[in-house]
Formats: sequence, structure tokens, C-alpha cells
Amino acid sequence: MTISLADVHRIAHLARIEIDAGQAEEVRTKLDAIFGMINELAAVDTQGVAPMAHAQDVTLPLRDDNVTEADRRALYQRTAPAVEAGLYLVPKVIE
Amino acid sequence: MIGAPIAELGAALRAKRLSSVELTQRLLDRIARLNPVLNAFISVDPDRALADAKAADAAIAAGAAGPLTGIPVAHKDILATAAMRTTCGSRMLANYTSPYDAHVVEGLARAGTVLVGKTNMDEFAMGSSSETSHFGPVKNPWNLKYVPGGSSGGSAAAVAARLVPAGTGTDTGGSIRQPAALSGICGLKPTYGICSRYGLVAFASSLDQAGPFAQTAEDIALLLNAMAGHDARDSTSLDRPTEDYTRVLRRDGGARPLAGVTIGLPREYFGAGIDPDVARAIDAALAEFRALGARTVEITLPNARLSVPVYYVIAPAEASSNLSRFDGVRYGHRAAKYDDLTDMYGKSRAEGFGAEVKRRILVGTYVLSHGYYDAYYLKAQQVRHLIADDFRHAYRTCDVIVGPTAPTAAFPIGAKTDDPVQMYLNDIFTVAANLVGAPALSIPCGFDRNGLPIGLQIQGDYFAEAKMLDVAHRFQQATDWHGKRPALAEDID
Repeated sequence: MTISLADVHRIAHLARIEIDAGQAEEVRTKLDAIFGMINELAAVDTQGVAPMAHAQDVTLPLRDDNVTEADRRALYQRTAPAVEAGLYLVPKVIE
Repeated sequence: MIGAPIAELGAALRAKRLSSVELTQRLLDRIARLNPVLNAFISVDPDRALADAKAADAAIAAGAAGPLTGIPVAHKDILATAAMRTTCGSRMLANYTSPYDAHVVEGLARAGTVLVGKTNMDEFAMGSSSETSHFGPVKNPWNLKYVPGGSSGGSAAAVAARLVPAGTGTDTGGSIRQPAALSGICGLKPTYGICSRYGLVAFASSLDQAGPFAQTAEDIALLLNAMAGHDARDSTSLDRPTEDYTRVLRRDGGARPLAGVTIGLPREYFGAGIDPDVARAIDAALAEFRALGARTVEITLPNARLSVPVYYVIAPAEASSNLSRFDGVRYGHRAAKYDDLTDMYGKSRAEGFGAEVKRRILVGTYVLSHGYYDAYYLKAQQVRHLIADDFRHAYRTCDVIVGPTAPTAAFPIGAKTDDPVQMYLNDIFTVAANLVGAPALSIPCGFDRNGLPIGLQIQGDYFAEAKMLDVAHRFQQATDWHGKRPALAEDID
């Protein structure tokens, strides 16, 4: 299996990373080499093996459904590129 | 004195033979002189460091000093600090200051350490050479034409050059141990869940773990005591009794302190692909371990060779999800010009991320995309299970596993930047511990023909840190590899 230029553009769009036509071929070549290494996994017999998602076999803890955090909106929004009246500003999405 | 390990510096501070202000000032002077050459730090705040040092001296005067009071420390720039910016080595976060401190930053502050600065790193911890930083590559203190390893290369270079006695790093696939090896110091990746990930900017959440850098195993134990501990803010932080990681180090072991310890030697770690100088240094270290009373047995980790491909599915998959938060809305870089929201995301991320980070996001997006999930992500998680089973089986016959940390000593800057797969293969011996979630430590054990340091990796089963540190400590009591300094650190007293 090889990565095509169409694949590069499809995943770049899914990942929301703009790639111009000039870079696409170099990205494709490097991804192709990486998948060449990854594809070694295809030959491994994993019939009946449970997937391992996490190092420790622990159940996630539950806490009481109480508000524990103070309102720190102003502090957190201090780092945002564009904020007004406590809201994050983005380009208009609804006409 | 200022180039001494933490244990010695701490004793001098508590005996008032040295003040923290004096120690900190002298190290700040060294940083001012050498950082332009090494590029180990992204941010240094002398005023803040001296304020911390003053507070430490007051605590010492009041008789309230602990083992780390007044010890200067540098944090990897992926650990959030409210006092100075946290860039992750990326243009994306070049001007980002966190509203809070990471758990391990809090822990070391509570222990009385002096925060000197934030260290350079591969962008978002994605790399094995500390060359992908937006702030330029870090240089190896042993030879400025070589890489210090990565991704926590700034912390490793800073400790190796004796700019600070202690540093922190994060290890997702070897990012503490491999730079420790290539820079000639000690570095530990603890068991997954020992150090809270709160405030550690996420790369691959099921693999990331913070840990310490220092000159000696004893110092590593002192630092881990302050960094470990349960934290309800990280749902994967383990709630278990507090351990004193120095407890076994103080035991009088006699002439054969490692009697009763069985060291497993994986057949797969000693084959082709290992630099002959590395193989020779590891063999010499094994002879030393045997002289100290340890027994060695051959073991096998048949699936360990698959660690790198498994890692390069799982880590990018998790990264593609974690890094989706950098969209130019809540924090980080936003492009100056764009047409609409989608265009703003695409341009902000294209400009904010470097080539390697983009590459890994694309790999992760691909393996998680419709129709490919079973073939890649699920498959990788199944093989991850096989690798974990190999280790479980191995620990039935041995206490620790020893081998090289990396197949070679440091490589020249630029040697592998055009070939990601060659760069990834540098992680061959380190990634398995992350996939399994078990602890692993690198300590110096010799030099190659170019005078560059070689690292020895000690891996252990879950929660075996104290035992691993004891094995390393006994080795360091009998040898002096950990005491060797690069030429640029030989001038300090």
C-alpha cells in the first residue's frame, strides 16, 4: 500500500492543516516511508488478542457531582487571540 | 562545589557552607555565558530564581529545610508554569503563559527548589534530537556539532553542562532516557501514573510521563520523591501509598550489594545494529554488576522489535486528537489573514506547527480515519498487548532488564533530519517501556570513539523504581562514569 497525493490532501483537510501543492509531494514521500515501517504490523498474527488501550488496568475514578472549580473565565481567556464580552471571537459562520 | 550532585549541594546548603542565593547566582552566570552556545534554555528568569533562592535560604535559616531546599531546577518547556511562558518549543505557543502550574512543578516548588528557567525541546516533544524546536536546535555539551538527544534535550544538556543540578523532562517514547544517554547523565521515566500529567501539555496521553534528570541515581530518587504522588486532577494518576525512593539506597550493602538481584539480558537487545563501542561499554558494565553480586540471565522479548511501528501508530493517533485543541481560538497562534473559519484553522495550524508535528498529526489522522482504524490503531493496540505480555513473562525470571538505552552515542546535528524513519529507529530500546507503562532509567556507562557518552538502560516491572535506583546507585558507588563532565564544565569548582 502506498500513500497517494489524494490521500495527503484528504487527511490534511481532516486535520485542518493547509498544505500547498508545492509541499504535497514531499509530505507524501515521507508519509510513505513511515507507513512502510508501520506496515510491518500487518504480518503479525493477532487473532484473539485483546487490544491494550492503557498501561494500568484501573477503572477511572468517579467523584461526587458537585461544582469544585471557581469561575476563572477571565484568567483563562487572557491567553486567547480574540475575546469580547467573555466570548471567543471567530470568523462569521452563519449568514 | 556548584557542579556537585544535589545530595552534596543540599548538605552544603543545610550546613550553611553555601547559600542558595550564591549557588543560584553562580549558575545564572554560567547560563548567561553558555546558553548562547548550547541553546538549552528557552526562558530564564534571574529575578524570580533569586527570589526563590532567598526564600529557600530563609527556610534553611529557620531550620525548615528538606533535601531539595534551595536546589536550582529547570523545567522542560512542556510543563506548565504560571511564572513564565510555556512554549512546547513551538511557534504555536511562542507567547503562551499558562494560568496554572503543572503538578510536578508544584511538587518541586513545595520541596523548596529554585525555578531557574524553562528548557528547549523538540516541538511538542516529537523528536529524538531536540532539533525540531521553533527556537533552534540544542547542542550536545560534549561536542557542539552533535545532538543532545530528545525530545527533552534542553534539560539533559543543562544538567550535563552543570548549568543546573536538576531538570525535568517528559518521556513518551524515550524522551527522558535517550537524551540522558546521549548527554551523559541520569534520567528516569517512572511507572505510568506515578507522576500526575496535570499541566503536562499532552502529546500521547496513554504514554506521556514526566520524570527527573540529574547526575546520580541518588539525586533521581530525591527528585522523584517530590514529583510523585496522587493528584485527583489527572484521572490516570495512581492512588497508592507514598514511597520514599531513597529508602534502599542508605542500606549498607557490603562488598556484594547486588547479591540476590537477577538481571535479565534480552537476546534481542544485543544483536545487529548496535554500535560496537556501545556493545563494549554495556558488556563492561555487566561485568561490574556481576562483581557487585548480581546474577545475569538471558531472556527473550520476541515482540519488542515491533515496538517502533506500534508506537508510530498509537502516539500519532493520540497526538492528532490532543493537538486538535490548537485551533487559533482559545490560545496559541492565529493566522493574520484568512477567508472563513475553516481557512483560519488550516492556516493557523499550518503556520503554528513545524514539519515533524504536522507529519505526526497527518499519520495519526490517517490511522484513525474511516476504514483504516482496524488495520492500524486496533492492530497496534493488539501488538501492544503482545509486547506487554513479553515483559510480564520476562519478570518471572529476572528483577530488572538491562541493555543499551540507544543503539549509538549522539549523532551529528542534521544527520537524520531528512529521514524520519531513521530518526524513529533511535527509539528502538526505549519505546517498549512507554507502551507497557513500566519504569525505565538511563545511566552513563562509558564513551564511544568520539568521546561521546553511552547510556545503559535499566528497566523494571511496575513500581520497581526503588529497586532500579538501588541497582544504579550500587553501580555508581563502584564506578565513576556519572562523575565525568564535558570540557565546558571542567572549569567550575
